[in-house]
Amino acid sequence: MKPQLLALVPLAVFILLLALFAAPLMRGVDPAKLESAMIGREIPDFVLPAALPDGRHFDRDDLAGAPAVVNFFASWCVPCQAEQPLLARMAAQDGIDVYGVNYKDKPEALAPWLEKHGNPFKLIGADDEGRVAIEWGVYGVPETFVIDRRGVIRLRHVGPVSEADYRALFKPLIAEVMK
Amino acid sequence: MIIELGHFALILALLLAFLQAAVPMIGAAHGRARWMHFGRQTAWSGFGLCTIALLALMHAYALSDFSVRNVVENSHTLKPLLYKIAGTWGNHEGSMLLWVWMLSFWSAMIAQAAWRLPETFQARTLAFQAMLLIGFMLFVLCASNPFLRLEIAPPEGFGLNPVLQDPALAIHPPFLYAGYVGFSVAFCFAMAALLEKKIDAIWAAFLRPWVLAAWVSLTIGIALGSAWAYYELGWGGFWFWDPVENAALLPWLSGTALLHCLSVLEKRGAMKNWTIFLAILTFSLCLLGAFLVRSGVLTSVHAFALDPARGVFLLVLLAVATGGGLFLYALRAPYIRGAALFRPFSRETVLLLNNVFLFAAVATVFMGTLYPLFMSALGLGSVSVGAPYYTATLVPMLVPFAFLMGLAPAMAWRAGRPDLVLRRLLAPMLLTVVAAVAIIFSPLPSSPLVLAAMIPAVWILLTLGQDVLRKAGNLRGLAYLPARYYGMVIAHAGFAFLIMGAAGATQADSEDIRWMAQGDRARVAGYEFVLLTATSDLGANFNRDKAVFSVRPTTGTAASARYFFMTPEKRWYPESEKATSEAALSLRGLDMLYVVLGDQDEKNSARFVVRIYHHPLIALLFAGATMIALGGLISLTPRYRRRRGT
Repeated sequence: MKPQLLALVPLAVFILLLALFAAPLMRGVDPAKLESAMIGREIPDFVLPAALPDGRHFDRDDLAGAPAVVNFFASWCVPCQAEQPLLARMAAQDGIDVYGVNYKDKPEALAPWLEKHGNPFKLIGADDEGRVAIEWGVYGVPETFVIDRRGVIRLRHVGPVSEADYRALFKPLIAEVMK
Repeated sequence: MIIELGHFALILALLLAFLQAAVPMIGAAHGRARWMHFGRQTAWSGFGLCTIALLALMHAYALSDFSVRNVVENSHTLKPLLYKIAGTWGNHEGSMLLWVWMLSFWSAMIAQAAWRLPETFQARTLAFQAMLLIGFMLFVLCASNPFLRLEIAPPEGFGLNPVLQDPALAIHPPFLYAGYVGFSVAFCFAMAALLEKKIDAIWAAFLRPWVLAAWVSLTIGIALGSAWAYYELGWGGFWFWDPVENAALLPWLSGTALLHCLSVLEKRGAMKNWTIFLAILTFSLCLLGAFLVRSGVLTSVHAFALDPARGVFLLVLLAVATGGGLFLYALRAPYIRGAALFRPFSRETVLLLNNVFLFAAVATVFMGTLYPLFMSALGLGSVSVGAPYYTATLVPMLVPFAFLMGLAPAMAWRAGRPDLVLRRLLAPMLLTVVAAVAIIFSPLPSSPLVLAAMIPAVWILLTLGQDVLRKAGNLRGLAYLPARYYGMVIAHAGFAFLIMGAAGATQADSEDIRWMAQGDRARVAGYEFVLLTATSDLGANFNRDKAVFSVRPTTGTAASARYFFMTPEKRWYPESEKATSEAALSLRGLDMLYVVLGDQDEKNSARFVVRIYHHPLIALLFAGATMIALGGLISLTPRYRRRRGT
């Protein structure tokens, strides 16, 4: 390649990168609200072993036919503690099944954690390698998904569910999918 | 009143910077000495004004002036004075003011080095430095102004995060920023050199101490940040490949490459374009880091409060500085030719190859950090990558990289002689093989990862040892080797220790999590832990749970198995509603025992969750990081004339 052209390469690469950085800013996307490619799609097939010694395994069939909330969490994740009461409320007041995917956790740490912070989950699967999390496009724990009757992902929420999130996002959507 | 004084000083410094950007530049173009001299005066005055601005804000923090919004948001009367003052740069606005102050400091230092630099070159460097100052001062004044007052001053501030009240955390940002901003000197040197179309050995010799100073600061900053995360966060980890950490690692890697290129340029007059490119890249990565961390394009656990306007401003700054730099590079670089011819078997070839690996490491970490952005741009959703990605990509590069690191000192500049190099390296090679066998049979797990770190580390240490002996000739000869050479040896040995420590602490570690009540025992990695007491009491401004463990090694005779105590705490600060974990750390030889007291069982208050970690060789990691910084510092000392033989 000519030296003149070669010297242009860094500038060209940089301009491409700039466009990449500018895109999320210009779109005004709140980075905390990561839009997911999974929304509107059917959940991927998965089978997870039980996270608790006395529990049952958790797989795709458990989510068939009924709307559900799936929460990715871990006992080492501090923000996960904060949303436990709201998950419990979804299960108790809104009557939706709440499932847990225990992300890269240790079973001996999970049991005391659930004892302390409550266990709103109908079933908990253990995702030790984080494979299912990758398939669902999970960015980090906690993340919460709302799935409708047909097994289609309707909402993905990154970070702990706050009281405001619950009222603005979850409650109306849960009411809709429960109909 | 004082805070307004600071505000006005900064505005005045901005106006001065405009003059500093224009006058010396024109002076250099037309050969007007007075105009060029003006740049030196403005650099010093600008530094003085920025110092007033910074001191004004520190004063407001020290006195908890809650009529200043920035102080209200980030300070609290209950903080110890040290942390009140450190709070000045513990937030976005204040840290940007520190950037500006440091930029002006480096400007003044360039002005100070007048007698060493050609006049036109110095004038142009100062003008470019002023352009960066304008960008950052505008950013501070328009988008992150720490000097704004509140209509009504509240009685108390909101900033009392106990996790952040730590000496290492209080001093690590200034080191990081000194590093980031220090690389701006390399950037401005490169710009001025491109303008003058003159890049030679003298230029490299001028630039080297500046880059070295920035690099040492950055090394210290990264090491302190990592040490803080290790003992304060209570997660038992020292590096999380978080975007904020990567933002500091990227310029460090690129700065390391730049340092080595400067040696080649100084000694052989080669790799000119590549050196210029690295100078631009290193500072651009510092700017990029600032943008990524402060715009919220990537989320991070360390991120500052987010504001889209700031992101746009920083992006424009990045676009102008880096874009302008690369544009000038595209215009001028093709006409700058390296004088020297490269011989394939020479030290410069080895350094070039190592540069390729360092650049590949920069690209790898860059890709990993920006992966979520790439994915979302391609419409594939946001996914982030973690430690497995970095391990899988960086460790394979480490092996050839370390091999070359051992090879370089044994090679001669220009034309090395293969037979001579082979003879020099024969002993280290054989000893490395012996060491490899020893490592396989050592208590360390012989996983590929451990071997891929340990064997190269041993190789580096052996080749360094051999090189020192050869160059010194005899014991008296040790005193005659130049400081710069010792700096290299210490920094390289530090790198070897660092990778040994990292491999030991991440690959051979053990961990235990369990419920424990008084009298319970746990065995981890050859130590027995007995929980003696677990009590709750009141501290200075917190409540705490405190546990006392007696620990002893389970192996050895009863006499040698001496007891020692470890006392982890869990604190709750009611004022800020934050909990912190004060892990108990105990260094046993090179290994660290690390105990974290977790939550109390609500049903059975006698029981606590206890996490016990054993991190082998982690002392080597932190010692290695210290040695890298120390080696850099030693290289900075002025060269002593070698005494001629008597």
